[in-house]
Amino acid sequence: MSNEETLLASDLPLSEPQREILRTLIGSIIPASRDYDAPGADDPLIFKDILVTARSYTDMFEAGLEDIDQQAIRDHDGVGFAALSETDRRAMAEHLSRTLNPFLRTLVSITAQCYYRDDRVMQALGMEPRPPFPKGFTIEEGDWTLLEPVRRRGKLYRDVDG
Amino acid sequence: MGWHWWPSDSAIASTTYDGRDKCANLGACTVGCAQGAKASSDITYWPHAIRAGVEVRTRCRVREISVNENDMASGVTYYDVDGNEHFQAAEVVVLACNGVGTPRILLNSVSNRFPNGLANRNGLVGKNLMFHPYASIQGIFDQPLDGYMGPGNCIWSQQFYETDRSRDFVRGFTYEITRGRGPVATALTGMFSGRIPWGEEHHQRYRELFNQITGMVAICEDLPEPHNTVSLDPELKDSDGIPAPKITYKLSDNSRRMLDYAVDRGVEILEAAGATDVMTEAPIAVGGWHLMGTTRMGVDPEHSVVNEWGRSHDVRNLFVVDGSIFVTSAGVNPTRTIQALSLYIGDTMKKRLTTLFD
Repeated sequence: MSNEETLLASDLPLSEPQREILRTLIGSIIPASRDYDAPGADDPLIFKDILVTARSYTDMFEAGLEDIDQQAIRDHDGVGFAALSETDRRAMAEHLSRTLNPFLRTLVSITAQCYYRDDRVMQALGMEPRPPFPKGFTIEEGDWTLLEPVRRRGKLYRDVDG
Repeated sequence: MGWHWWPSDSAIASTTYDGRDKCANLGACTVGCAQGAKASSDITYWPHAIRAGVEVRTRCRVREISVNENDMASGVTYYDVDGNEHFQAAEVVVLACNGVGTPRILLNSVSNRFPNGLANRNGLVGKNLMFHPYASIQGIFDQPLDGYMGPGNCIWSQQFYETDRSRDFVRGFTYEITRGRGPVATALTGMFSGRIPWGEEHHQRYRELFNQITGMVAICEDLPEPHNTVSLDPELKDSDGIPAPKITYKLSDNSRRMLDYAVDRGVEILEAAGATDVMTEAPIAVGGWHLMGTTRMGVDPEHSVVNEWGRSHDVRNLFVVDGSIFVTSAGVNPTRTIQALSLYIGDTMKKRLTTLFD
């Protein structure tokens, strides 16, 4: 069952305006790509996963998102981050990416974690969304003769005194 | 290059054994094993102990160890998960809280007989704190490496483990080859090192790194230095009001030079193997901070806290079985040595039962 199905609207962390700032921000970090047939981090399923994962950091996220919004309002004549033009949003995201504070480091960490565990993203990377072993895969035996030169060289450690 | 190398000893279960399932090579060992094959202490030691009659009380915090007029520990005072205070009387007290937690409890255990903390008459409790400063050296190659498939441990090298007087540092380090990185770890490495940007270029730059990174960490042997300490914070307390530990640590010049040397040699071997670029970090921020040395072992009561079988010199029914009893840190991961010492001390206590407190 996906996060979207298990998460009730009343359980969602952050207010709706804060969620919109967050959605816009993570879409700026990892946007969708047609070239690579990959969703963006603001894809609804991935976004819900990020919201659930970030619940332990609700206070930090509330304060961090508020700071970003206030910064946008100050620098862009009262326009909040989620309502910025694409050009202004990209410029601000570029600035934020170079000044990673603890909130942004946590956000980047959670965004990468949720994005790259999404089945569609893994498939876009050419991976099967499952562990590589075992289920039909065989593990090749290593070439133990590679150790012969090491064995011939002899020990390089000291014996215990006495 | 003629370096020493050897397959890593990983103790992977090749068959079902003692409550563990056979390893299926899922490869996510460090974040938990869905197969139940990983030998973590909750499925190796705890079930045996519980079957033998041990009662495990979780989410409790010990405030202090009490001592009687004969300098013998009489029990511990602790808080349960709800903050209720309890006293547990004991014939023997065994500390296993590692290099920070163990000296914290001892230093908090102040009494008339031990005004500077329990087992601390020579002032050594909390001194000689050692870590393992790690260097990370990761090469980027222009071909798929499949390094993320399978358990993380691979091979290691102790080519530079022993002291070599031609270098500008003493002791040495182990290289632990870290195979490769899965999709999430690749993203984190790339984004925090600035190699994978935010925005449109993210996907292309990510694909230049994914499945194309392999390398090593160097586990450097920190030296025991008295000025690196665990003490009690004069102001900070935990939620039960127990004084918090305060860590005072300065990376020594010896460890700094060792890290630099490890980075240089690591870059050499990765470039010789065909790396097109190499990423380095030393010391790394997120690992290697093993906690050792703060209740050191030794036969001389003037220069050690516990004797050669883990018993406190000052308190004859108090034992320590964790990394704090290490005298040197060694350039290897400490857990197996801690386990070996703990089993050795346990066996010794059993053999000496009739003379344990002599």
